[in-house]
Amino acid sequence: MSRIPVTVTVNGVAHRREVEPRLLLSDFLRHELGLTGTHVGCEHGVCGACTIRLDGAPVRSCLIFAVQADGHAIATVEGLAPTRGTLSVLQQAFQDAHGLQCGYCTPGILMTVSAFLEETPDPSEEEVRHALSGNLCRCTGYQHIVDAVLLAARRLREAR
Amino acid sequence: METRHIGRPLTRNEDPRLLTGRALFVDDVELPGMLHAAFLRSPHAHAEIRAVDTAAAKARAGVLAVITADDLGEYWKPGPLLVPPPPIAGMTFRQRCQVPLAKGVVRHLGEPIVMVVAESRYVAEDALGDIVVDYAPLPVVGDLEAAVAPASPRVHPDLPDNIAAEVVQRKGDYAAARARAAHVIRRRFLYDRGASIPMETRGIVAAWDGKADRLTVWDTTQAPVVIRNGLAAMLGLSERQVRVIAPFIGGGFGPKMMMFYPEEVLVPWIALRLERPVKWIEDRLEHFTATTHERGQIHEAEIALDAEGRVLGVRDEFLMDTGAYNPYGLTVPLNSQCTLLNCYDIAAYESRFRAVYTNRTLVTPYRGAGRQHGVFVMERLMDAAARVVGLDRIEIRRRNLIPPDRFPYRNEIIFQDFAPLTYDSGNYAPILGKALDAIGYDRFVAEEQPKARAEGRHLGLGLVMYVEGTGIGPYEGAKVRVQSSGKVTLATGIGTQGQGHFTAFAQVVAEQLGVDPRDVEVTTGDTDQFDWGVGTFASRGAVVAGAATHGAATAVRAKILKAAAEHFECAEADLVLEEGKVSIAGVPERHITLGALAQLANPLRGAVKPGTEPGLEATSYFGPEMGATAAGAHAMVIELDAETMRPTILRYVVVHDCGTVLNPLILAGQVQGGVAQGIGNAFFEQLAWTEDGQLLNASLADYLIPTALDVPRMEVLHTETPSPLNPLGTKGAGEGGAIPVGALFAQAIEDALDLPARGIEVTEIPLSPSRLWEIAHGDG
Repeated sequence: MSRIPVTVTVNGVAHRREVEPRLLLSDFLRHELGLTGTHVGCEHGVCGACTIRLDGAPVRSCLIFAVQADGHAIATVEGLAPTRGTLSVLQQAFQDAHGLQCGYCTPGILMTVSAFLEETPDPSEEEVRHALSGNLCRCTGYQHIVDAVLLAARRLREAR
Repeated sequence: METRHIGRPLTRNEDPRLLTGRALFVDDVELPGMLHAAFLRSPHAHAEIRAVDTAAAKARAGVLAVITADDLGEYWKPGPLLVPPPPIAGMTFRQRCQVPLAKGVVRHLGEPIVMVVAESRYVAEDALGDIVVDYAPLPVVGDLEAAVAPASPRVHPDLPDNIAAEVVQRKGDYAAARARAAHVIRRRFLYDRGASIPMETRGIVAAWDGKADRLTVWDTTQAPVVIRNGLAAMLGLSERQVRVIAPFIGGGFGPKMMMFYPEEVLVPWIALRLERPVKWIEDRLEHFTATTHERGQIHEAEIALDAEGRVLGVRDEFLMDTGAYNPYGLTVPLNSQCTLLNCYDIAAYESRFRAVYTNRTLVTPYRGAGRQHGVFVMERLMDAAARVVGLDRIEIRRRNLIPPDRFPYRNEIIFQDFAPLTYDSGNYAPILGKALDAIGYDRFVAEEQPKARAEGRHLGLGLVMYVEGTGIGPYEGAKVRVQSSGKVTLATGIGTQGQGHFTAFAQVVAEQLGVDPRDVEVTTGDTDQFDWGVGTFASRGAVVAGAATHGAATAVRAKILKAAAEHFECAEADLVLEEGKVSIAGVPERHITLGALAQLANPLRGAVKPGTEPGLEATSYFGPEMGATAAGAHAMVIELDAETMRPTILRYVVVHDCGTVLNPLILAGQVQGGVAQGIGNAFFEQLAWTEDGQLLNASLADYLIPTALDVPRMEVLHTETPSPLNPLGTKGAGEGGAIPVGALFAQAIEDALDLPARGIEVTEIPLSPSRLWEIAHGDG
């Protein structure tokens, strides 16, 4: 199968590869670039585990091809922490509120919520639940995830 | 630093890795030269395979191997039987285990027929499309009651019928109890369960290192040591030659305890033959038919009571769908049988079940593992009995609770751990009392519900109780070592799928060794680190591996004190072990760090004394004689829209007693997650089969698991009745949250719609808006 050049910026670093046009962006990130923090849960766009940010917007990387990301800026969970060995405010809130168990859905949730909190810095619990409703978690029952998002929102507001 | 660590709501040690994308899951394993497997699976629930043509697949560029059952030669064999049945007198058990690749016949949707190995998964799947299979469809066994009719087609034609097992167990004399009863109430119940749907599907990577003569396998299993031992035996390798790693796993919930899945047998085999690493990751469509389910039971149950509402006896007879094969033996139906008596003092019980082969995916335990079926039957009988006797539903429960002075309480029948079912400890009335207070029962009944009804709103309250047999044997082990850095390592053989073992076990170690739990590095699920153990199932990790960890840490503590006493030439009783060092009581400046002590205990010159061991290390095993029984109550206030039957949960209370709590934060998470899965079971999740055995909803767009909008905020309360069966007093907590939710929904919905006043009862789970509408309109 013919290969097509793709140039993307991921977490601020430019990558150029030649890929088959059918290669999913999720597979490209994970297996071409080795950024395995983005997880794949359903491959049909329902569970949200593979959520990344494409030019700032949360999108499901299993629903687009790598070639469609050509020329775009991508953010993944690996880019959230300010430096290696530290956690972002959002990540720290997830640890503090026990917002994860197996942690498989967590990267997708963090990417969804990082975008949500930029647009909605002072959310109600109801708004948080709506924002999370496109990300499935099978372990937590969501309560501690909701708590973590509300905690992160408060800390981010206080830091401003 | 605090010196008490057990019982603290410590945040988790494992989280930074998981939160930054640095935790290793199976699909994250990338190896040079790695190949990818894909499986051709049966599109039929039951069919004869007349021919398989793989020529075109073999010819496709990038394909390295196309394997059918015939290509496996002597490696093709059924099984193994994972859980043999316990010795119950008079039982029937007919074992038919799964095979690596179907030969001649397929017995369930998704059963693998051909394995393709190629340079990429994309190419491997292309090659699946090249394969031509000539199927002759056979009659499908699906409906449970039809399956046991004499004229039914058979799943296994070499058996006389579709009965996989038949077990009768008795406690006391039910016939005598029934003869003197004032009331006998009989009901039929249907309880279906769905799929566990962990967010990470199954996966396996196998790599043969010819120079080291070793096979390394990364597997999403809940039982890495058992997989290691089994693979070594199957492949003709020594156990030393096989390393199985269960790294971070994206949820287990039971089905990842099943073994051996066909892919676990085949991927290591082909990696050895090709001498290249091979990866297979299950996709979600595969998961719905290739990973085990829990499914339906049909109960015909009878309860006999005296005039005051005391239960004299219960009789139950049920059918249980075991799927096409039964490698997991009788675990699920035995759990149903043994949990049905619940938290009540019932002198007479007679229970018969038949496990039935069907042309459906295998049934193995999924969180709760049949316990919810038993609890549903008992709690529904109690609700029906309350109305017949004329008692409040709480009062009838209160009258029948096992009193605290009756523990250990013997139920006599045989449990899944082969031991007679005995509740080790418990105190149930305070659980009920706390739940009543927290949900505001009296006020709801006296004020809220009448007021709501006057406004035309349909508010209902549910309150049900449950027990959970947890922490069964046979054993787990743990190895604790103080490193020369002063940090401590702990290794145990169980796998971890999100239960917080890296933290809770660190707390158990820290409690003994006086170190910071952050300085205890825990390894689970790597047979090179620890290779004795059974697995993570039956809510036993914290109980059994936790007790083994406690034992090993206690032994290391003794070694530390002995070494320090020699070092300081003082009595052990004069030493204080805290903050990572040993000091002389009252003389804190005279101290030695644990790291320095570990170095002294592992000298490069001189002599380690005869009869002693180098280093500060100990290994310990723990095997409980029987399981520890946890208990609890759930209460809920629900509002139903009587036109759409959409439920809104207004309040949800859990009162849980799992003995000593290691970490209340982690425990709350376990309970909340269990409730969410229970809600899914009660109202959202049902595998939708056609008559010819097709699964209509094999995607997450169609099979609905609860979202953040469906699961309410829960109030989780505890009582603590320590178990006498282990040194920490713990009981398991992994499954309790999921167990009573079906019974809770049924009661709350009846209450909200006042159904019993119209002679209607909710006798089945799962419900859905449409099904509930039918029931409420008399189409029960």
